[in-house]
Amino acid sequence: MRREPPQKLTDYGPLFFPAGMLIVFFVVPFATMIAVSFFRRDPSGFYTPDFVFDNYARFLSLFFGKVLGFSLFLAVMVAICCVVLAVPFTYLLSRAKRRTQVLWLVALLSILSLSEVIIGFAWSTLFSRTAGITNLLVMLGVMEQAVALNPSFSAVLTAMVYQALPYTVLVLYPALVRLDPTLTEAARTLGASPIKSFFTVVVPALRNTIVATLIMVFIFALGSYLLPQILGRPQHWTLSVLITDQAIYQSNMPFAAAMAVFLVLVTLGLVALTVYAGRKGEAA
Amino acid sequence: MNTFLQKAYFGLIGLFLSLPLIVVAGVSVNEKQDLAFPPKGFSLGWYAEIFTNVEWRNALFASITLAALSAAVALLIALPLAWFLWRRHAPWANIFQLLGVAPFTLPPVITALGLLTFWAATGFYGQPATAVISHAIFFVTLPLVTLSLGFSSIDRSLVEAAATMGADDRTIFRTVVLPLILPYLISGYAFAFVLSLNEYIVAYMTIGFTMETLPIKIFNALRYGYTPTMASVTILFVAIAATIFGLVARFGDLPKLLGAMSTKD
Repeated sequence: MRREPPQKLTDYGPLFFPAGMLIVFFVVPFATMIAVSFFRRDPSGFYTPDFVFDNYARFLSLFFGKVLGFSLFLAVMVAICCVVLAVPFTYLLSRAKRRTQVLWLVALLSILSLSEVIIGFAWSTLFSRTAGITNLLVMLGVMEQAVALNPSFSAVLTAMVYQALPYTVLVLYPALVRLDPTLTEAARTLGASPIKSFFTVVVPALRNTIVATLIMVFIFALGSYLLPQILGRPQHWTLSVLITDQAIYQSNMPFAAAMAVFLVLVTLGLVALTVYAGRKGEAA
Repeated sequence: MNTFLQKAYFGLIGLFLSLPLIVVAGVSVNEKQDLAFPPKGFSLGWYAEIFTNVEWRNALFASITLAALSAAVALLIALPLAWFLWRRHAPWANIFQLLGVAPFTLPPVITALGLLTFWAATGFYGQPATAVISHAIFFVTLPLVTLSLGFSSIDRSLVEAAATMGADDRTIFRTVVLPLILPYLISGYAFAFVLSLNEYIVAYMTIGFTMETLPIKIFNALRYGYTPTMASVTILFVAIAATIFGLVARFGDLPKLLGAMSTKD
């Protein structure tokens, strides 16, 4: 069957409902949010229509600069940790038996789909004094007394790596499965050890994939809105947490919307970079 | 690669991924209302609590209803769109594919806030139906991706044969296309269902002040102190997700769905 351009009006039939839904419930809300970001805050209600840049002007404060800096730093750390852990893992997984692969994929998907609330709760339990990991260390005689490990930066980082690791593996998986196995075989035949062939053949061949994955995990980590709140101190709050806080608890919708617009711009810039990295990868 | 090193590395990653769940599973079988690990005593009472306590039961019921309905709406949006994109040559229509993928690519807070301002501006804020539509839009990416994959794997000559024999579009869709993409339809629904079940921020920003889904209930409970019911609910959710993805893997081709080349190719 050849794909023909639609000719009659009825040919467009299947498009009406999806297009309508996406425009009304995604494009319009998005536009509403952008509009609200220029509105003035109304302490008695939500906001009053206006056209001011006050909400964006607040970005110039030191406080906002710190939050933005920390959000970016945290997301970079999460992306690096995840990619370092996931590249060798996914490589080994893609070479494993099909049954092993399917089992791991089911487990990874199950953890990936877990609510941030649940991940936050699980790690806060693991880091707690009464039910935490330190109790195990006490039982083993490594530690004298159980201690609480959160709130702290490492608690936030660990939980966010936990959340993003399955995502990282699943992003890397297609590229690694399709990697030509003869590449490493050739290296092995020429006498390279498995680890050496991994670092000298697999990693360079995947350079662009790895860069694209780093950016995607970075975006994923930027979106984390609860873990810094549950496991960290207020100085560990990220842009996403701040947006939620302003929208829900401070009822400052215009400021929340302005920050969201800013976050969209950062994200879109990064997506463009990913696409660019991908294109370069195909050309290479 | 060196099998011992490989097993050790798999084991370490496995331990990292399962450790929080092991601790939570331990906490969930405490006999009394303690947050203790290793658990003191053994009781499955906290699992019964999910169904006997009216608040937890309502939250579970709300979550399952929301997930079932929103995944269905997501499918209704994704199926005609994916079909149109496959059937017709219309490059400009790819913009809708992009719109379908965008909510999932952007940080979730953005979609949530957009929908919050929209529902507040239109006066529907807080009504249960808003959460269904919001989740459907938020998760439409999943059936859209699985269905696009499904359509691309259909051999076009099959459809051509049907057309030559005089079948119209509707008949072709019903008798040839639908049976072929059914596995992708089901897995798209399954992905959207499980993620909707677990979703917090969009649900919270649309109906958070009028209703409680399970993730909202867990978060609210977290702020007022711990109860082992949170642990048992967590384990229940992991079990539901693992069962559903297990079924998808059992009856479908999970590695292919996740981007690997089909083993049959």
